[in-house]
Amino acid sequence: MTELLRAEHLTRHFKIGGTLARGTLHAVDDVSFLIGEREIVALAGESGSGKSTVARLLARVYPPTSGTVTYFDGTGAGKPLSALRSRRDALRYSAQVPMVFQDPFSSLNPVFRVSHGVLRALKLHRPELSAAERRAEAARVFDVVGLGAGMLGRFPHELSGGQRQRVGFAQALATRPRLILADEPVSMLDTSIRIGLLNLMAKLRAEEGVSILYITHDIASARYVADRLIVMYAGRIAETGPVEDVLAAPRHPYTQLLLSAVPDPKAPPPGLEALAAAAGERGEPPKVIDPRPGCRFQPRCPVAIDQCATVTPELLPLGTGEAACHVAQSGAEVKAFS
Amino acid sequence: MLEVSGLTVDYLTGTNPVRAVDDVSLSVGRGEFVGIVGESGCGKSTLLFAIARLLSPPAVVTAGSVTFRGENLVTMTDRRLNAIRWQNLSVVMQSAMNALNPVMPVGAQFADALRAHGTISRKAVAARSAEVLRLVGIDAVHLGSYPHQLSGGMRQRAMIAMALLFTPDLVIMDEPTSALDVVAQRSLMTQIKELQRELGFAVVFVTHDMSLVSHYSDRLVVMYAGQVAEAGATRRIFDRPLHPYSRGLLEAFPSIRGDKVPLQGIPGSPPDLSVIHNGCRFSPRCPVKLPACETTPPALLDREGTSVRCLLYDPGIAAVAQAEAGQATQPRRRRL
Repeated sequence: MTELLRAEHLTRHFKIGGTLARGTLHAVDDVSFLIGEREIVALAGESGSGKSTVARLLARVYPPTSGTVTYFDGTGAGKPLSALRSRRDALRYSAQVPMVFQDPFSSLNPVFRVSHGVLRALKLHRPELSAAERRAEAARVFDVVGLGAGMLGRFPHELSGGQRQRVGFAQALATRPRLILADEPVSMLDTSIRIGLLNLMAKLRAEEGVSILYITHDIASARYVADRLIVMYAGRIAETGPVEDVLAAPRHPYTQLLLSAVPDPKAPPPGLEALAAAAGERGEPPKVIDPRPGCRFQPRCPVAIDQCATVTPELLPLGTGEAACHVAQSGAEVKAFS
Repeated sequence: MLEVSGLTVDYLTGTNPVRAVDDVSLSVGRGEFVGIVGESGCGKSTLLFAIARLLSPPAVVTAGSVTFRGENLVTMTDRRLNAIRWQNLSVVMQSAMNALNPVMPVGAQFADALRAHGTISRKAVAARSAEVLRLVGIDAVHLGSYPHQLSGGMRQRAMIAMALLFTPDLVIMDEPTSALDVVAQRSLMTQIKELQRELGFAVVFVTHDMSLVSHYSDRLVVMYAGQVAEAGATRRIFDRPLHPYSRGLLEAFPSIRGDKVPLQGIPGSPPDLSVIHNGCRFSPRCPVKLPACETTPPALLDREGTSVRCLLYDPGIAAVAQAEAGQATQPRRRRL
C-alpha cells in the first residue's frame, strides 16, 4: 500500500464555557491512522465521537492542538500540513483533498446553477484551462457522477437530494483529487437512493483512482464500500482493521455494542424480552470535558477491569487490526455484547 | 379504534394542486403498532398531519374521513378536538431539538400541557410529570433541566413522556429516532414497545428506514407517491414483499451479516405529484414493468390477506402479459 496521508497523535481540544465554568472539550484525542492510495477508509462512530472533527482537521478547517498530518503528494517524501504556508501549497492541497458535505440541501448555493461550483473550482485550481475547456471538463465530471451534461444548467431546487449529492462529488472531482473527505455523504438521503451514492464512491475509486475517507454512523454501509474501518468513541479510536475482520470478530466492547444494535430485517424478530435485555444498555457517550485518565467506554462496559478506570488504553495491534482495550490486550476473549 | 378511509389531501398551490395523499385507507386497532414507510415526498408526514388534524393551508383534506373512537376528526369542531388531543391522541414530532422550547425547563413544558388539559393542582402536575419522566427512564430531577442540558436520546424520550401525560389511546410518531445513532435508536424503540405493552396505547410510526420497524411493528403500510403501495403484516412484507417498490426498498440497504452482494437501490426519484399520472406511478422506476403499467392505473388489490397496488397481481392483466411474453412462470415469481 502506498501511503497517501498519515495522521499521527492528532488531537483537537476546544475551550468551552465562560469565566466561571471553563473547560476543555477533548473532541479528538491522540488519533493516528493511515490512508493508502486507492483505498476507501470508513470512519464510524456515533454523533459526538469526533469523526467530523477529524475530517475538518484533515481539510485544514482548523489546525490540530497537537499531532501531525503528513500528506504524500506523490512527488517524494511526505510533507506535514503545518508546512503548507504559501497560498500555492494550500490551494494545491485543498484541490487534491476536497471535502463532500453531509447536507446536500444547504451545501449548494440556491441562486446559482449547479455548474457554478464546478466551474469556479476549475477556474481557481486549474487556471490553465480556457473557458471552453472548463465547460468540457464540467460536462465530463457530471458524466462520471452519473448526472449527464444536461444537468449543468439546472438550479439546485430542480434536483433531488441524491442528485445534489452527486453534484457535491462532481465538484470534488473537478479538481483532480487524490483523497475525497466525505462527511456523512448519504445520511440525509433516502435509503433507496443511498446505495447509488455508495456505488458511485466505489466507482470513483475504481475508475478515477481516488481514495475516500468515508465518515458515517452506518456500519452496514461502511462494510458495503470500505476496505478498512476505524471505529471512534468519545474522541479516541476504539478499534481499527480490515472491515470484514472487524465485523466478523470485533474485539473492542464498543464495536460489539455498535454491531449488536444494527437492525437486521432478514433475521426473525427476537422476542421483546430479548430486545429489552439487549437494549438494557442505556448509557450514553460521554461529553469529554477535562477527562481523567482511563478508558472512556469504561462506565458503560460490562467487562471492565480495575485498570480501565485509571489507565487510558493505547491502540495496540491485535490480530489483523488494532484495538484500544485492556481486556482484549490481556489476551482474554471479549464478549460484552452480542 | 382509528379508521382512515379514502383520505385525500391536496396542497392548493397556484394553478396546479398537488395531491400529496391520495385515497389512503388504514385502520389501527387497540394496542397495535402500525409502521408507515416510504421515501421523502411520498406523503407519509402529510398523512400523519392529516390524521392528527395538524395540516395548515395550503394543505386541505379534500376527501375521506378519519374516524377515531367513533368520531370523525376531519369534521370535528375545534372545541371537541381540543378535548381529544393530548388526552386521547398525542403526537411525537420528528425533531426533539426543535419541538421542545429551548428557553423553558422541561418540567414547565409538561406543566403547560397538563394545565391546558385539566390537571390544575400544582402537586398533581409535579407528581404526574415526575411519573411519566420515570416511565421513559429519565430521573425526575431533569424536570428542572433545559432541553440543551439533555442528550439527543433523552430529549426524544422526554418528548415521548410528554405524549404519555394523559395515557392516550393512540400515539402518532413522526420519525422520532431519525436523529439518533443505532444504539440509542434500539433502546428507544424497545422502550416504546415496552411502554406500549404496559399502557396499551396504539402507535402509528412513520419512518423512511424500513429496517428500523422490522422487529417492532405489527403491520406495515408502504407508501409511494401519496398512495398505499402495499399494506399487510410486517413479517409477511419482509419475508415476501409483493410490490416491486417494497422489494426495492428491502434490497436497498446493505447488511452487516452474510455475503457482501452488490446492490442497486431504486434508480430514479419519486414522481412529481403536481403532474397528472396515467398508469402506475412507480412504473418509471419499476424493474418488472409491463406495457399496461404506463396506461392503466393499478387498483389496490387484495392478495393473500394483504393489499397491494400493482398490475402484476391483476388477474386479467397478468394473464395477458404472460401470454405476450410466452412465459410459463408466474410473473410474481420473477426475480428483480
